[in-house]
Amino acid sequence: MTSTDKLIQMSIAVVLFFAVMGTILLLTTKLRSRSGERVQAAAFIAPSLLLIAVGLLYPAARTVYQSFFGSAYEPIVGGDGENFVGLDNYRQIFTSNDLLQVLQNTAVWVVLTPLLATGIGLVYAVLIDRSRFEKSAKALIFLPMAISLVGASIIWKFVYDYKASEQAQLGVLNGLLKAAGFDTYRFLLTEPWNTLFLIVIIVWVQAGFAMTILSAAIKAIPDDIVEAARLDGVNGLKLFRYITVPSIRPSLIVVLTTISITTLKVFDIVRTATGGQFGTSVLAYEFYVQSFRSFNFGLGAALATLIFVLVTPIVVYNIRQMRRLEAR
Amino acid sequence: MTTTTPTAPPTGVTPGPRKSASTAARESLSGRWASAAAIVIAVLWTLPTFGLFVSSFRPESEVKTNGWWNVVTDPQFTLDSYRQVISGADIDLATYLINSFVITIPSVLIPISLAVMAAYAFAWIPFRGRDTLFVAVFALQIVPIQVTMIPLLRLYVDPPFNLMPLSGNDAPGGGFYTVWLSHTIFALPLAIFLLHNFMREIPGELIESARVDGAGHVQIFSRIMLPLMTPAIAAFGIFQFLWVWNDLLVALVFAGGNPSVSPLTVRLAALAGQRGEDWHLLSAGAFVSLVIPLIVFLSLQRYFVRGLLAGSVKG
Repeated sequence: MTSTDKLIQMSIAVVLFFAVMGTILLLTTKLRSRSGERVQAAAFIAPSLLLIAVGLLYPAARTVYQSFFGSAYEPIVGGDGENFVGLDNYRQIFTSNDLLQVLQNTAVWVVLTPLLATGIGLVYAVLIDRSRFEKSAKALIFLPMAISLVGASIIWKFVYDYKASEQAQLGVLNGLLKAAGFDTYRFLLTEPWNTLFLIVIIVWVQAGFAMTILSAAIKAIPDDIVEAARLDGVNGLKLFRYITVPSIRPSLIVVLTTISITTLKVFDIVRTATGGQFGTSVLAYEFYVQSFRSFNFGLGAALATLIFVLVTPIVVYNIRQMRRLEAR
Repeated sequence: MTTTTPTAPPTGVTPGPRKSASTAARESLSGRWASAAAIVIAVLWTLPTFGLFVSSFRPESEVKTNGWWNVVTDPQFTLDSYRQVISGADIDLATYLINSFVITIPSVLIPISLAVMAAYAFAWIPFRGRDTLFVAVFALQIVPIQVTMIPLLRLYVDPPFNLMPLSGNDAPGGGFYTVWLSHTIFALPLAIFLLHNFMREIPGELIESARVDGAGHVQIFSRIMLPLMTPAIAAFGIFQFLWVWNDLLVALVFAGGNPSVSPLTVRLAALAGQRGEDWHLLSAGAFVSLVIPLIVFLSLQRYFVRGLLAGSVKG
């Protein structure tokens, strides 16, 4: 297909979509009665509901079902169930050494990323609050959020670039090590620390998000609380510890949980930076490999289900906190 | 931090803004250390991108033999790397740039339109079971897209009831439909939830008086709601734009490695794997993919922040 063809196809799709939606709306315009209102509600909601049911609900249930079967894809109707393996896929996840390593890495990612990103975001938000350069200072930390994780991984692979000590260095970090008289270091190859250097990449991306939310929360702390505390002689770190942090606690929780949900599902960084080698794989990447490279449909489905199970309580908690935040 | 010296306000700024908790914390942490820490963080956050940016303009021979910081002593700049990645036959990012546009535009317009309509009905058309249905849609935010991928792919390749397959060699639209549809589906629960929240904030009297004047839901929706919802739509739109443009997983799975449908991210990831040492190409390639989202982001930053604060972060 040429580029023009693609653009034409795109225009056709968009025009078609708006034409169909417009027709539906026009057809229901004339309805005024009670039952007419029901038809209108259906016209407004049905397209979304249909897509969600077919594209989210059914596939999710299907994947959970598939996770109890072997590597062949099991048809729901007409399958003779020979492929049924019960909990074997899950047993494999929690017993095989490779997959245990994946779980361990995932745990490190999910614990460290929210803490580091939120910590840095909070400190930075406090440091630049109401300073003269606040806007541009924010934009600097914020920018990585606009970058794809593939792009971010390339940016950091360049920072981590390794050349033997006697050669000229291309990566900043090894350049610094060499200038300081140390041997150069294989940041992305040396287990187990390479996982930490990958986590740096996502912290770099997520800190801007934490900073934005927390900065807004800090600005919302009523001035009189601060004034009162200062009159009582509370200052400096104590003010931060006893006034600032407790006042923004709900926002802190929302930020922490949101980042851990994101982290649990990230696979781009591992794929681009190390390809999951050198003991760096995580759950979301392993799901991709098992499902789309090894065609282990059962194990892939079990890994996806595991992500689902791990994410659910955090999302529920996150939404509850967000509700409380909105209610204030 | 035992002693805190009260600093006189800088001359020329008489009353100044009232102090917030953090200003107070910052000042008593002694301004100089605070600024130093802020500058360190800012530099750490900017330097990696800056290094790659500089490298994308250096000649290949330089990029491959010495660190980018050597530009200070030996500045040499060229656009060769950009020429090579954009129009060079082997890398050809221009084609993928177009693919990214073709993928992104419908994947932003379609879910937002669907979501605005659904959100309107959930907010302002009373019908039985409405709240239950809304909670159900909202609850589906917990479904990670990984869980849906394989069954969804199956549906595209081999749909039931003799429907037309959306993927394969003679798929309609050259195979873009699978990507558009997937992005639309994955965006809907969050989009409906957020736009519904915005819509509930519009005063009910406005709707009521329009109803009394004889306006139907379609008129209210198109004449009153859409104009009022523009900021909310912009906020979610920029999110969805960045999400789709920067996505790798959906593109890899649903474009199926087909180069005529794959976006920039897929090509760039492949390049990082195949030519990991060709930093002149990787740096230029990375910046080609960054330019568009960066422009969108910087020009619409206001809406982006508003969206963030409203909770539009895809789980």
